[in-house]
Amino acid sequence: MYSVDQAMTLAILPEICLLLLGLVVLVCDLVWREDARRNLGWLTAGGLLLTVILTILFARPGSEPVLMWGGMLRQDWLTFVFSIIFMTGAALTALFAMDSEALSRRGEFYLLLLASTLGMCLMAGAADLVMLFLAIEVTSIPLYVLAGFVIRDTKSTESGFKYLLFGATTSAVMLYGFSLLFGFTGSTGIYQISEVLKGGQVSLFSLVGVLMLVLVGFSFKTSIVPFHFWAPDVYEGAPTPVAGFLSTASKAAGFAVLMRFLLSVFPATGSYPNMETFWVALLAAVATATMLLGNTLAMVQRNSIKRLIAYSSIAQAGYILIGVVAASALGISGAIYYLIVYLLTNLAAFGVVTIVGRATGSDDLAAYAGLSRRAPALTIVLLVAFLSLGGIPPFGGFFAKVLVFSAAVDSNMVWLAFVGVINSIIALYYYLTVLKYAYLHRSEEESRPVVVSRPWAIALTICIIGIILLGTLIGPWYQWSVQAANALF
Amino acid sequence: MQFPLLSVIIFIPLVAGVLILFLPADRKTEVRVIALAASVVTLLLSIWAYISYNIDAGGYQFVERVEWLPSLGISYFVGVDGISLPLVLLAGIVVFCGVLVSWGIDDRPREFFAFMMFLATSVFGVFASLDLFALFFFFEIAVFPKYLMIVTWGSPKTREYGGMKLTLYLFIGSVIALVGALAMYFASGLHTFDMIALENAGFSMEFQRFWFPFVFFGFAVLGGIFPFHSWAPDGHVAAPTAISMLLAGVEMKVGAFAALRVAIMLLPEGARQWAWLILILATVNVVYGAFIALIQTDFKYVIGFSSVSHMGLVMLGFAAVAAAGQNARNGLIGAGMQMFSHGVMTALFFAIVGMVYDRTHTRDISRLGGLYRRMPWAAIGFIIGGLVSMGMPGFSGFVAEFPIFMGLWQAAPSYAIIAILGVIITAGYIFRVVGKVFFGELCPEYETLADITPLDKVAVGLLSLAMIALGILPNLMVPLVSSGVDRVLALLGGA
Amino acid sequence: MDFVASHLLTLILFTPTLAALVLLFLPKGEEKLIRWAALIASLIPLVLSIVLWVRFDPGAIGFQFQEQVAWYPAINSSYHLGIDGISLAMVLLTTLLTPLAILASFNITDRVKAYMILFLLLETGMLGVFVSLDLLLFFVFWEIGLVPMYFLINQWGGANRNYASMKFILYTMAGSLGLLLATQMIGVVAGTYDLPLLFERWTVIQVPLFGIPAGTVKAIAFWAFVIAFAIKVPIWPFHTWLPDAHTEAPTAGSMVLAGVLLKLGAYGFLRLVLPLYPVEAKYFAGALAFLATMAIIFGALGAYGQDDFKRLVAYSSINHMGFVVLGIAAAAWAVGTDNAVIALNGAVLQMFNHGLSAAGMFFLVGVIYDRTHTRDLNAYGGLFTLVPVYGGILIFTAMASMGLPGLNGFVSEFLVVRGTWPIFTLATALSMIGLFSTGAYVLKALKKILHGPLNERWVGHLPEINPREVLVIAPLMVLMLGIGIWPAWILDVINRAVSMWF
Repeated sequence: MYSVDQAMTLAILPEICLLLLGLVVLVCDLVWREDARRNLGWLTAGGLLLTVILTILFARPGSEPVLMWGGMLRQDWLTFVFSIIFMTGAALTALFAMDSEALSRRGEFYLLLLASTLGMCLMAGAADLVMLFLAIEVTSIPLYVLAGFVIRDTKSTESGFKYLLFGATTSAVMLYGFSLLFGFTGSTGIYQISEVLKGGQVSLFSLVGVLMLVLVGFSFKTSIVPFHFWAPDVYEGAPTPVAGFLSTASKAAGFAVLMRFLLSVFPATGSYPNMETFWVALLAAVATATMLLGNTLAMVQRNSIKRLIAYSSIAQAGYILIGVVAASALGISGAIYYLIVYLLTNLAAFGVVTIVGRATGSDDLAAYAGLSRRAPALTIVLLVAFLSLGGIPPFGGFFAKVLVFSAAVDSNMVWLAFVGVINSIIALYYYLTVLKYAYLHRSEEESRPVVVSRPWAIALTICIIGIILLGTLIGPWYQWSVQAANALF
Repeated sequence: MQFPLLSVIIFIPLVAGVLILFLPADRKTEVRVIALAASVVTLLLSIWAYISYNIDAGGYQFVERVEWLPSLGISYFVGVDGISLPLVLLAGIVVFCGVLVSWGIDDRPREFFAFMMFLATSVFGVFASLDLFALFFFFEIAVFPKYLMIVTWGSPKTREYGGMKLTLYLFIGSVIALVGALAMYFASGLHTFDMIALENAGFSMEFQRFWFPFVFFGFAVLGGIFPFHSWAPDGHVAAPTAISMLLAGVEMKVGAFAALRVAIMLLPEGARQWAWLILILATVNVVYGAFIALIQTDFKYVIGFSSVSHMGLVMLGFAAVAAAGQNARNGLIGAGMQMFSHGVMTALFFAIVGMVYDRTHTRDISRLGGLYRRMPWAAIGFIIGGLVSMGMPGFSGFVAEFPIFMGLWQAAPSYAIIAILGVIITAGYIFRVVGKVFFGELCPEYETLADITPLDKVAVGLLSLAMIALGILPNLMVPLVSSGVDRVLALLGGA
Repeated sequence: MDFVASHLLTLILFTPTLAALVLLFLPKGEEKLIRWAALIASLIPLVLSIVLWVRFDPGAIGFQFQEQVAWYPAINSSYHLGIDGISLAMVLLTTLLTPLAILASFNITDRVKAYMILFLLLETGMLGVFVSLDLLLFFVFWEIGLVPMYFLINQWGGANRNYASMKFILYTMAGSLGLLLATQMIGVVAGTYDLPLLFERWTVIQVPLFGIPAGTVKAIAFWAFVIAFAIKVPIWPFHTWLPDAHTEAPTAGSMVLAGVLLKLGAYGFLRLVLPLYPVEAKYFAGALAFLATMAIIFGALGAYGQDDFKRLVAYSSINHMGFVVLGIAAAAWAVGTDNAVIALNGAVLQMFNHGLSAAGMFFLVGVIYDRTHTRDLNAYGGLFTLVPVYGGILIFTAMASMGLPGLNGFVSEFLVVRGTWPIFTLATALSMIGLFSTGAYVLKALKKILHGPLNERWVGHLPEINPREVLVIAPLMVLMLGIGIWPAWILDVINRAVSMWF
């Protein structure tokens, strides 16, 4: 038996607050009038902001990572940083959802959002296989529902269903992998497993098998090749704010567990010096394929900007993976920094898509024609987001890319850096093409302004400021990323 | 505390650009005035910097350093020396003239001038950077203004193709150089991006031999080196006038300068090993570029290819010094002068082409003619530019090209002889274009053309004056460039 | 006053440029003002060069009136001016011909301002070549002279001006490229461009250039120089640009082109080729003499076969410059001997004389063309009765051109022949044929224009030569006669300079 002390409680402060917030939202949803329920968005966002502040103030990890709650959770900087990432993403998503008719007045939406966020925070901190699986399910199931939230829209339900099917299948495979791992090592705690494996009893072959199985689940979550194919359809069909949340926070959660799992369970030390080489090589190949596939397919998307961003997101996962593949502190910190930037950037991109979609009723690329005349400020937002995705300074995407490429070079994988660089060029092509539509092409709709409501404006402003800060005043964010990365080594 | 001259020069355009973006879309005059004010201030400040640089002291002056990310060794570190200071002045002049020449843009001038200001910040930043990360940072900022300005305000038929081609080519070059820079960062073991520290890093021979081509040619793409030059004619022709001026006049120098600063100065052994290739390619630039210019039927394409040819001369100067070190010192002096001289000259050319096009709406040489009668200022400006282009003594082109050839004699005499063919062909295409466009018969439809506006005249006058002044009094710039060259030679000689 | 005295050459050199700048600001419509301003401005260098002449000390060794200021120290080039007897003669010729040419251009009405500005800039270019004592500066002014001439031909020239001007500039520029390369080479090897220094060092220098032995470097530079100057003079067979350029240029342009610009090439030989490359020059002197002879003969024969008056005079220039080259060739071969000195005296004097007579002849062609609008010799006939004054002047000038004793042409040609006979006997003998043909074409031309049956076409349509035109030709005629009767005043100066150097 273990005692619950103050430190352990503070460690899960984010989760507790999220739970409380969820309850509050539930109550308000029951109590408030129909038309006031839009304010649930403010409530959610405000609550999340409060939680973030409280987390930073009180739940900061110490200098040494600590396993707590019976080894279920590990309080370290990785958990901390990722929790903040998820909560920020959720807050922004809540703001974006506030003026989507289908979503905003449904309390369930915000509740599910919070539930998923809670699951993600647990995912980031999970130090036990059972906890990990639980957290993944807590994250995913609300997401399945959120994807299919707009019942009247067949595309939405289709996407939700698709997501459910793929998610469930890959989860099952991953669970099988977990169970095998338990069988081989006799423990479910990730760090205990790591100790056992260092002893060298388990055969390499079995280990590789486990890795492959587990990777199935993780690949699905992070939508890397070859488990990426659900993403374009789901993003396209789901309500746009949900797509934004999926593509950023959910992916980040996937990466959090991927990083922790790979670097903890399969390190290079011990009796399996080739193990790390193996998964590094495997993931390097996967990263290459992901980037190439994502970018080339994005190039040909003309009818749906959501699909374009979906493929772009797949490619972005490839870049992040480069950081992971480098398997160094620099690489992981680069990957984390990238995720922070990517969160803000993709949310902003999807935010603009939401707004424009609402104004023009279409997701076609041609709907963006003449946007710069119609809504110049919004186009600037789009510009900033896309350029950051492309890796252009002075936006955060540039520094993030520099970090991951540096890590690749530092780990003697210069070829991977070149691959990443070539892909950046391909990506720039289609990002610029969208901007070209906005700036060059004309349309008859030009004189009708685009309505941008306050929550959207606030959310977009936060994103843009964040992107610019991440590109210029790099210090504090980089510091956090480094500390988070160091927690894994 | 010392006045942060360079930072002010770099960031005033940025501030102006952001300010402009916040103005309402219909306040067109305010937009133009702010842009003009910013460009005047940067011009005056760059002139001030130019005058107050202490040539005897030499080295990097007006240095400012602020730690940016100490854990990675990144700092905001700027300073200018004898080679970069003339380029800062060049940028100041060309941005100012670019604003003047674009005064009449009526379609979304707010975005136009804002993007131009961002481009200016990028250019000033690269020239002044002494930190490798900061150099790339400023370098890449230019990507999106270039693309958007060409695509949105460029010439209707080719802007999409030209803009995308230009942007992608340049992006490719720079990111490849970036990988090389990262390799340098790690290989040096110094854990810093400070370029002055990296000069003494002592990279191994194999490292330099492997990485030099990536870094050099990555940047030299922006300098227009053969065979990676084809973005230049298409891009420059597709761009609106002021952007062509900035692209050909300044951006190409950014590429060449970065190639010098990062590739040659930090990897001198690599430079020496690969000098032979640069010599060959640059010579091809000079002759081939001139030759293709000769057979063009589009007025603007002639100028586009002429830029390719003249940048070849700059890189010949580099190659000469890389190959023969101190003995070919003049080659680098000439290259430094040529960057300034050609920058001004090509800005003038594109400005005048723009003025002609605005009035005649054609760039087809066979349909133009006799414009001297209606636009005498433009004609004379173009002729002056043409004389500079040919290397006619009395103008800055001669002052620049002569030392390049002297250096080339020391390094590779046969290349000097081949390259001089470029000079003859240059004379050929200049005379051809001048004769056909400005002299000859005046088509009846041009009888009522207006002469260039007073603002245009200021731009033409300023650019012409710069070239003539430098031609008559080369000492206005040569001692400055020489002091910068000495530093480069010390690096080349030592290693 | 002291400033003037110590900067005489700079003043002479740049007064025309300053005047051009002043003209730039004069209103375009005030043609009369512009013309007179240009004329008066061009008289200033003339006055100054007379002052120069008076103050010149023929007996002194070396260059006089030197001025030196750092110009482009990074490559060891300075702004260095100075003259000796040879260049003094050329400066005088230039500053004399320019005002006359401007006066001759008073009847130009199309874009007078631009025309005059170009002319003044041209004068600076030409003067600069003659007074430069720095090789790079020499080259700079050499090139500067090309552009105004190009525009003068191209804009104010005859029917075929585009072709002629393009040919002119491409030919001469091609030649100058060799000059440029050679100049660069010299600068690199010798480490300086200063001519007096080069004269001392260059002949003994043995520094190899990038592995090429010094001897080869010198040979390459020698040929580059020779070709560049040969095109300018022009030496047969590099002469083909001349007939077109001269014929198509406006009258005053031809005056200056034939009168001064051709002398730039010969001057280049004298000032640069012979002192810097005595050995190579001697080696190739025979070939040079051969080419000179060809020029004399073919020039004369070519002139004889012409129906176009102006083209005839153009070919006669080739013929006369051939004598100059012959004298130079002799001097190259037999350096230091008396004969060489005599030949060279003749050559330099011929440069001066031909300047006068060619300018005169072209001017007179222009006079008749202005009235008849044709240059076809067959269209004239018996004009002496209609325009006796003109006829008399024409005969006088033609005789000077032909080398009639008593006029200037005889003196110089005699000296050349006298000097080269002992050295290149065969060449000289063959040149006599050329001399004979010279007489033939001159007399033929005179006959066709002035004598023979009167062509009814021109009766009543041919005004006499007017006072302005007489004013143009008069100084030339005075000089032609003066030098013919009493050549000592100029020959003395030339002789001392030639003896000093060679």
